[in-house]
Amino acid sequence: MLDEIIASLFPDGHEVRRDKGVILGSATLRSGVRMLVLGVADRTALGVDEAIRLSGHVLDSIGRDSGPILVLVDSDSQRMSKRDELLGLNEFLAHLAKVLIHADTNGRPTIGLLYGHSAAGALLATGLATRVLVGLPGAEPAVMDLPSMAKVTKLSMEALQEKAKSTPVFAPGLSNLAQMGAVHMIWSNAASLADQLEALLVDLPAARDQRDALGKERGGRLKAAEIAERVRDLALQVR
Amino acid sequence: MTAPLKDVAPAERARSTSFYEASARTRLELLLDAGSLIEFIGPGQREVSPHLKIFDLPEQFDDGIVVGHGRLDGSPVFVAAQEGRFMGGAFGEVHGAKLTGLLRAAREIGTVPVLVLFDTGGVRLQEANAGELAIAEIMRAVMEARSAGVKVIGLIGGRSGCYGGGGLIAGCCSALAVSEPGRIAVSGPEVIETNRGVEEFDSRDRALVWRTMGGKHRRLLGAADVFADDNVQDFREAALELLGLVGPFGLDRLKAEQDRLAGRLRSFGACGDAIDIWTAEGIADAQAVPELPADQFIALANRIGRTSRDAR
Repeated sequence: MLDEIIASLFPDGHEVRRDKGVILGSATLRSGVRMLVLGVADRTALGVDEAIRLSGHVLDSIGRDSGPILVLVDSDSQRMSKRDELLGLNEFLAHLAKVLIHADTNGRPTIGLLYGHSAAGALLATGLATRVLVGLPGAEPAVMDLPSMAKVTKLSMEALQEKAKSTPVFAPGLSNLAQMGAVHMIWSNAASLADQLEALLVDLPAARDQRDALGKERGGRLKAAEIAERVRDLALQVR
Repeated sequence: MTAPLKDVAPAERARSTSFYEASARTRLELLLDAGSLIEFIGPGQREVSPHLKIFDLPEQFDDGIVVGHGRLDGSPVFVAAQEGRFMGGAFGEVHGAKLTGLLRAAREIGTVPVLVLFDTGGVRLQEANAGELAIAEIMRAVMEARSAGVKVIGLIGGRSGCYGGGGLIAGCCSALAVSEPGRIAVSGPEVIETNRGVEEFDSRDRALVWRTMGGKHRRLLGAADVFADDNVQDFREAALELLGLVGPFGLDRLKAEQDRLAGRLRSFGACGDAIDIWTAEGIADAQAVPELPADQFIALANRIGRTSRDAR
């Protein structure tokens, strides 16, 4: 599936390779602009070894290239292991997010493309660290899967599924994350991905984080934007 | 130099108060200059989570976080303190938005630092999507504030540690101070055991938890620059020390962090346990590290431990 997605995104050719679950490379847009490409494939868990290669790929490109950056995501959650935690996985995941955020706010707009699964720390370090997160139909993001939630909340799966119908706030799924403002848009599988990517690039939102306003507009997060704004105002007054 | 008499009593109280045991409000009261805290959207406003009632769970009027402005040795600081005793200090929509708003103001002002007293298990599962996104917004807000010249200091020593997305936010901070019980990780011990089995991680082996995720290991590894003893006064002094040490953020920091973390993988990537890492770092009696009292550990860490200064 990844090969088809990349072919549809970059009909003019690309140098994107997949190695041990990590996607690295670049591609030429029809406008001639080079786009840096990276990501996680094959539902691979994002651990220290994967994260350091991804952040290195972005840092190597800074100062050398000038185009936008695409982050493709089909991952598991963060790698859950003694070794990864022992080595400071939180720092590696944060570092990857920081590098992406820095690039985005310094002239290298970042776009996340969620085409498979992702969850928890892996999603924070990749798709949620980009300026615009796009979902493809069939993508299955899940901060927490329902069986695990059932265990923690001590509610039955049936009860959770019933509650999920009335609120997007906890249940997995692309449309729920879109309502929250986390996923900006969902592309169509029927149209050329290259067309949709180029349309996005010519009309890119500003770098300022507006996901809370988006979540409010879509009815998924009614309080976040207002609370943040009120605290900001109070903090600016106290000086 | 003799401290003014009125300041002696609070410092003594702060020295004798366990950071681990104290509530978020007590931590702030004793960390900051006496009486200087001004809270934003305090419990009187009753801005509770709109989602907990779906699960018939009790709400808290401050949604488990105190944000505000105070003074530290006379200088203005913004502060945020999570209450680890309410829903494990987890990030929900309102809880997270308070910190986001604080960081956005700090970015606009540019000169007032932010102290974040972490005490969190990560995302609040009952509002998982809102909590996850709040963490993403906070991470971005931390980096935008730092890019504008703001120092963002994390203090970690609470009951719930600093797990999940909290660990990622901590990784975005300019510098961290940590105490021995202040665990920092992404996946918690129980989560690893549930997903990978007890052979991978025995969550009931408390010694294993402390030496893998605890403050001593994080200090020796260079994840935290300052080790604090478990009392509020030590964290106050650590915060002051870090505010004096932190320099401006820029691309050079990220490049240095890439080298620092890649170097860590090269040096310790094959180590099976924290004891092996400490031994490789040159500690002769690594087995004894967990038992070392704070003053002896700090001396050891200052001699041998790495730092992440200028590389995060």
